[in-house]
Amino acid sequence: MNARLAKAMINGLLIGVAIVALLPLLWMLSVSFMTPGEASSLPPPLLPKQATWANYRELFTHAGMARYLLNSLLVSTAITALALAINLMAGYAFAKLRFAGRERLFQVLLGALVIPAQVAMLPLFLLLKYLGLVNSYAGVIVPAMATIFGIFLVRQYARTVPDELLEAARIDGASELRIFVQIVLPLLKPIMVTLAIFTFLAAWNDFMWPLIVLTGQEHYTLPIALASLSREHVQDSELMMAGSVVTVLPVLLLFLALQRYYLQGLLLGSVKG
Amino acid sequence: MNTQRAAWLFLAPALMVLGLFFLLPVFAALLLSLTDYDLYALADVGNLRFVALGNYWELLHRPLFWSALGNTFYFVVIGVPLSLMASLGAALLLHSPLARMKPFFRTALFAPVVTTVVAVAVIWRYLFNTKYGLVNYALGSIGIHPVDWLGDPHWAMPTIILFAVWKNFGYNMIIFLAGLQAIPGDLYEAARIDGASAPRQFWHITLPMLKPTLSMVGILTVAGYFQLFAEPYVMTEGGPLQSTVSVLYLMYEEGFKWWNLGSASAVAFLLFVIMFAVTATMFRLSRRGDEA
Repeated sequence: MNARLAKAMINGLLIGVAIVALLPLLWMLSVSFMTPGEASSLPPPLLPKQATWANYRELFTHAGMARYLLNSLLVSTAITALALAINLMAGYAFAKLRFAGRERLFQVLLGALVIPAQVAMLPLFLLLKYLGLVNSYAGVIVPAMATIFGIFLVRQYARTVPDELLEAARIDGASELRIFVQIVLPLLKPIMVTLAIFTFLAAWNDFMWPLIVLTGQEHYTLPIALASLSREHVQDSELMMAGSVVTVLPVLLLFLALQRYYLQGLLLGSVKG
Repeated sequence: MNTQRAAWLFLAPALMVLGLFFLLPVFAALLLSLTDYDLYALADVGNLRFVALGNYWELLHRPLFWSALGNTFYFVVIGVPLSLMASLGAALLLHSPLARMKPFFRTALFAPVVTTVVAVAVIWRYLFNTKYGLVNYALGSIGIHPVDWLGDPHWAMPTIILFAVWKNFGYNMIIFLAGLQAIPGDLYEAARIDGASAPRQFWHITLPMLKPTLSMVGILTVAGYFQLFAEPYVMTEGGPLQSTVSVLYLMYEEGFKWWNLGSASAVAFLLFVIMFAVTATMFRLSRRGDEA
């Protein structure tokens, strides 16, 4: 009897927490299909009287949402591809290639993790202005091409690659690049997926830096566009919810498809070096 | 010899990116904070003057800086413990052998973490709308008068804290869950044989065994919460009555709205110093606790 009660309580609480976690997202989805003005009535409706695509149509035909969606896809994909290549090479070098000063250099990088990224943002803006990259895709992409966290993640994983494998290839006369591409990369596949999804999600959701460096609407990514739209359309909750769906849905689906890799990376990254 | 050269070639792109776009700007920020870099200097660097610690001195005499600092501390001091408790509570529920459908619940509770802050902040703005929001409607049905969540200076920050807890608790929940799974089951077995109740098991086994995880997660969460920016930017624009202006929000406005890049750099550096002092203190306290 007591055990049954405990079981009911624990599962009841879990259902309660799950409702709290998901309700705002479900509400967003529901309101995005309401006719304009419908959500601003009493009692607040939970479901649309008659579901309509009107808000999405309005977003894509008049508010430039297609452009913002493409911008986000372009920027996040470019960051993911470049950061993956650069962090993999560096992480592997720190894990498996011997060179003078390796440990010290790695310590310096880890130490730099305590510096919040925002400290760099003001001079970075001036630097990119000097390079002519303000208000361009490159302005968002370039500073994100390497991350200390990414290098750390790859290094942790790459340390499990057996040295004998690399030595044998060296004795066979394989070049270091060939060893990396043909032997190491296939072994690093799981961490590549993890790093890719981490980087993509971070790039997609990033707000402060794109807000600073993208000064014109034509380059806006979805979060920046959404923030600016929400200041213009304070009253249009249905339209804004459709915009939020367009912004959130891609990353949510990506996470659902690859969550095993994502959660693994989260745990790897939180282990003390 | 050969691997030595290969190593540097493999490292070169990453070191160049990090050096040029992160470490160099950080040092530049320190120098910038000692100048009066503003709109005039932006137009012509000839107008730039060295002001030593002038920016810092001015900031310490500006009421808005102190209220931004106070608001940020409010967010950290209330928000972090609430977040950790929510994360730990959820992890304990998920860890319980009595819980059903664990993969579903784990995914559901984690979902807010992967969403875009800006998009979900917009949702919350409507949910907490004074007149038409679901929250006030639900409270009204149990007889509580409508609260002006985001329009009342006393309520705006608590609303943002609630939002942050909702958005972030899933992240630490996953880490706590891994920590709970690492605690050897025979410890609980022995406690049960000795007749220890569930709360006593929690206090004497779970918490002490989880302490390293707790202090690491606590430090990382504090560091993250000091960087409050997008939430007030989207939900309140720093208002009402500047009650949600955070330090980073102040830095953003100072730097990119008024183009006082010198003084904004000083704000950024002060935030860094404060964050560092707080997290380093937490780290030392947790270390000392381990030795005792």
